[in-house]
Amino acid sequence: MNWRKYLWIWPILYFALGMFNIIFAWLGMIDFMLPLIFAIFGGNKYFCNKLCGRGQLFVFLPKKFKCSTGKLAPRWLSSSWFRYGFLVFFMAMFCNVIYQSWLVFGGVRSLRETVKLFWTFNIPFGWAYTLGTVPDWAAQFSFGLYSLMLTSAIIGLIVMVLYRPRTWCTFCPMGTMTQLICKLKAGSDKPLP
Amino acid sequence: MAKRYAEVNSVLCVSCGACAEVCPKSAIKIWRGSYAIVDKSLCIGCGLCARTCPAGVIEVKINELA
Repeated sequence: MNWRKYLWIWPILYFALGMFNIIFAWLGMIDFMLPLIFAIFGGNKYFCNKLCGRGQLFVFLPKKFKCSTGKLAPRWLSSSWFRYGFLVFFMAMFCNVIYQSWLVFGGVRSLRETVKLFWTFNIPFGWAYTLGTVPDWAAQFSFGLYSLMLTSAIIGLIVMVLYRPRTWCTFCPMGTMTQLICKLKAGSDKPLP
Repeated sequence: MAKRYAEVNSVLCVSCGACAEVCPKSAIKIWRGSYAIVDKSLCIGCGLCARTCPAGVIEVKINELA
């Protein structure tokens, strides 16, 4: 039995745990750190290719529920300018999550118990957190990271339905970043013929 | 006689590995995390990878053999 086939459970578990207690959102850092560790130290995209739970989910859902058109996405979605542009935007949003947590840490701002979808819509999420469980800045980071993870998952699901199952992978910020690292590490080397 | 095989546009490949996952002959590898490469000696040109590739950068070609 190939255990990797069941990794699609991970993103579902992640979002379910986060709805129960937002502090579980910190587990999302695994999805940020592991691809980078493989790329920086191994010079490969083993995480994207074999371990990404989200990628497996986008394969599993259309197979099970026939919910993908299978059409090829517009070429611009996988173009360099869009991929790198989305990476920069996503990293800026991640830095903003850290900045907001910093402001809460410094007492400049109070904790906002909301999840922000598509960087715009505030969804009240107070039921997933009991005040005082962890320092406010850690809770703020949880809400921010969960917002990022949920927004990107919804985008991934939309393009999965509209186009081919793993269309998200073409502009996934982690995929773009790790491919860039791998290409830099490979330098001018070419595969043997 | 002709042999069908898959060819990857390595410039546009996003190295997601979706093609390697579905290849029935394990003929595709992701070379150093950079792009997919096809082992033509193993490839049977079934086109599954081309239909799966989310970026649409794989083509099935026909090589006329002498």
